[in-house]
Order: sequence, then structure tokens, then C-alpha cells
Amino acid sequence: MATQQIFSPLPGIFYRKPAPDKPDYKSAGDTITEDDTIGLIEVMKSFNEVKAGAAGKIVRFLAENEEAVMAGQPIAEIDV
Amino acid sequence: MTIKKLLIANRGEIAVRINRAARELGIATVQVYSKADKDSLAVRLADEAIDIGPPQASKSYLNQDAILAAANATGADAIHPGYGFLAENASFAAAVEDAGLVFVGPTAQSIRLMGDKVAAREAAAAAGVPTVPGSRGRLDSPEAAFALVETTGFPVMIKAAAGGGGRGIRIARTAEEFHHLMPQAQAEALAAFGDGGLYVEKLVEGARHIEVQVLGDGRDVIHCFERECSLQRRRQKVWEEAPSPSLTPAVRGLLCASAVALAKAVNYRGAGTIEYLYDDRSHEFYFLEMNTRIQVEHPVTEMVTGIDLVVEMIRIAGGAPLRLRQDQIRVEGHAIEVRINAEDPAKNFLPNPGTVSALSIPGGDGVRFDSMLYAGYTVPPFYDSLLGKLIVHDRDRPSAIARLGRALAELEVEGLATTKSLHQALARDPDVQAGRFHTAWLEPWLAAHADALAPATPKLAPTIAP
Repeated sequence: MATQQIFSPLPGIFYRKPAPDKPDYKSAGDTITEDDTIGLIEVMKSFNEVKAGAAGKIVRFLAENEEAVMAGQPIAEIDV
Repeated sequence: MTIKKLLIANRGEIAVRINRAARELGIATVQVYSKADKDSLAVRLADEAIDIGPPQASKSYLNQDAILAAANATGADAIHPGYGFLAENASFAAAVEDAGLVFVGPTAQSIRLMGDKVAAREAAAAAGVPTVPGSRGRLDSPEAAFALVETTGFPVMIKAAAGGGGRGIRIARTAEEFHHLMPQAQAEALAAFGDGGLYVEKLVEGARHIEVQVLGDGRDVIHCFERECSLQRRRQKVWEEAPSPSLTPAVRGLLCASAVALAKAVNYRGAGTIEYLYDDRSHEFYFLEMNTRIQVEHPVTEMVTGIDLVVEMIRIAGGAPLRLRQDQIRVEGHAIEVRINAEDPAKNFLPNPGTVSALSIPGGDGVRFDSMLYAGYTVPPFYDSLLGKLIVHDRDRPSAIARLGRALAELEVEGLATTKSLHQALARDPDVQAGRFHTAWLEPWLAAHADALAPATPKLAPTIAP
């Protein structure tokens, strides 16, 4: 198994859940497919979904909920 | 009391605008900033600047305690909230006054009244301002709502009583749709605002958006005529002008008088705007809402009346009475404002933060550029996309449109895609030139003119991938 990272496609605020009162999209240990949404990036008040981009298992998140992130910053690590 | 040191509880172009007005009044300025705005133009221009927290607005520009602590630490005696953020937060206005400071705006009571759509509509009706046929108050049951729409007829809009900015609005064209949408709207309002109260009103199709600027000192109220802001995308204004190209003098008189009547009825203090829908076929106008703050598009009113609205609101907050009588206010010529946003019109208005590698600002007579930009500035991704506003003034509407086209051609914001190309295409459009539009006009036009929105000269690639 190889480990790879999921990068933020945009600069902005990273959210792990679709709304403050909703559960996280994904947690460490979850099995994911390529098209699964793992979080949102808020850029200039517009919300953009972050897709896993590869199938595998989430090892850990590298960015916290509501953390400010840069484009290209790794936000999660997955085993593929 | 006279204000000596003003804290600016906002960011971006409006923070720059407030700083300029304060300094012209001889008032020292304190600019609060989040860590993402340390290098902002507003920080550079202020006498003092103070860090109030991380980039996220909820932890900085919306953090009431941090802002009050900054005022205390710097010895500021007044706070200007700008627009957005805490500008229409009644509890913040009350907290500022409880701390012994001046809030540059209306009373907390006025903000609270006008912030509740149902209460605002009742106040408007009581002041004799026409309102759209619909529910007199909030509707808490679908049955009560259905009984009402049988009297108004379709189509109707269902709105959350506690909503704002166009959020949570649904349109029902038939009774069947209404039965389907009403419970959905109620659940959503409860989840989004913690208040399931709704109201329903008839949808006036093909209406224009016209708003009246008022100034009050808590006793007397004057108006500074109207602005038309019918060119909107996703309920956000993109092009605003004064005067409206669609009002007759008689309707203008009635509209402005109704705005003054409402503001007087609530003893309004400061700068405010009463928004209306206007049906140019029937010449009927209807109250939409009152905004209890300075608005983004205030400069078009300043250009045609010669009144500095931000200066006036600061003077009033400092305890001065209105210094103009209604008969001293005149409209001269025509002004247009266009919003220069960090959005790419060729890519469905994709937000586009990044670094301004070079900047050319238009000049010449009757041209004003209110912005937060300087060459080398990196626009942060954390806030709205408004970079600045290009405002032109000339003797009449056709001349103002020609001047706008000329000024847009001089504006160069290198390194970012902006909405400049949208405004160039609008300025060339025969319907825009004839003033033939309404609030639902722009979106279909955008779909039909996607090709015209690519920038005229090729630019560097946008800084973010789609």
C-alpha cells in the first residue's frame, strides 16, 4: 500500500462538514472512493467541494475544520 | 459629543472610504485587521492598526469582544461598522453604546426593527408606504399561508422572516408547488436561522430595484433621491446608477416622500436606505426592506448630490444635527457605479484571489475609483470578492455610459481576472443604453453573451485552477 496526499485545490477556509450542525463528511479510517467529498473550501464566500481524487482509506487529516489553507496545501493523507 | 478617534470595524474598500472621511473631519483612525489583512491598504492608511484575530471573519471581524477590546486598548471613542459583518447587528450596536462609545449608525432598536422583515413591513404599512400584497405578519402554519395565497393569487414568494440577502427564498407558481415548497421552506428557515417563521408575498415579475437614500438625525429626516440597482446576478447588485432612468418626476416625488415618512416614523438616525420594487408598467412601487447602514453603492448618490454621506453619518453620530434642508438637495447629471470583483466572468464568475502584479487606475474628470487595491497587493481568499468600485459622473446618462466605457478601458488589474469585461459588455449593450432592464434581466443576458465576456486582451492565467 502506498500513502498519498489530498491537496486543497483552492486557497480559503477548509471545512470538514457540510454545515456546523452536521457530522463530518469523512473520518480517519473511512474507506473512500475517488468521487467522495472529503470537505469544503470556502473561497470568497463561495463553497467548493474537495473530492478525494483517488480510492483508498483515510489515514489522517492534515488540516483542521475551519483552518485557513493555501492552494496546494495537503489536507489529508490516504492509503491507496 | 465630538468624535476624536474612530475605530473602523470593517475591511476592504469601505474601510478605506471611512478612513478618508474621518481624516477629512480631523478625526484620528484606528483600523482593526485580521491576520490575513495585515498588508491591506486600510491598515496602511490608518493612524493606528490593531490585530483582532485569525483570518476567519467569525474569529475577527465578527468577534464583538475583540473589537470592543481594541477600542478600549486604543482609546477610540466611536466605532464605524461599515457594511456587512456587524453593521446590522443590534446587539453589537447596543454593546458599543453600553461600553460608553458612539456607534456610527442608528439605534439598536432601529436595527432590530428593520432587521425583522415582518416587523419592518408592518412599520412601512403603518407609515403609509405601499407594500407588496401578501401576509401582514409572520405565518406559522401552512394552512394560514394557503388561505392567504388564495387572496393574492400566483406566483408568490415564500421568504424566511429571519432571512436575508436572498437566502431561503422560494417561488411557487401553482397551488401544487406551494403545498410542496411551504413545509420545505419552514424546515430550512428553522435550520438556517433557528426561526421557522415565514412570510409570503406576491411576486411582482419584471420589476426594477429602486432605493432611496435617507439621512436622519433622530428628529428630522431628509432624502438624497434614488438609485436604481436592477442589474443583479444571484441577487447581488453589479451596476448601480443615480438617478433611476425609469422614474417620472411625479413617481420620484411620491417614492422619496414615502421613504422619508418611514424613516421619520422610526426616528431614524444616520444614513439608511429604503429599498423598493418598481413596476414601470403600472408605475406602482412597493416597499422591500430598509437597510440601516451605509451601502456599497452610496457613491452614485454622492456624485449626483455633492453630499459626502460617510462624512454626514459620522457628524450625526457625533451629535450634530442635519446641516442640509431638503430644498438644498439637488440632483446634477448622472452617475454610474460598477463593481470590480475578483471573479472571472468567462468562467461562471469563479472567485479569483491572488496577487495584483500591476495596477492602472483610470483618471480624468468625473471618474472615481474606490478600492482596496495597490500594485503588489495579494487579495486574500477569506472575504467577499469586491476589489473596488468604478464610479463615473457626467451631465446625462448617455455621456456617463460613454465615460464609463472610457474609464473601464483605462483600468488594468494585472494578475487577477475581474468583472471589468462584464461591465464593458454591458456598457455597449443597446438595452442597457436604453435603460430597458429589470432585476431578472441580467442572468439570461449572461447566458446569451458568454462569448462576449472573455477579456479583450489575453492576460496571464488566473492564479487558481478551476
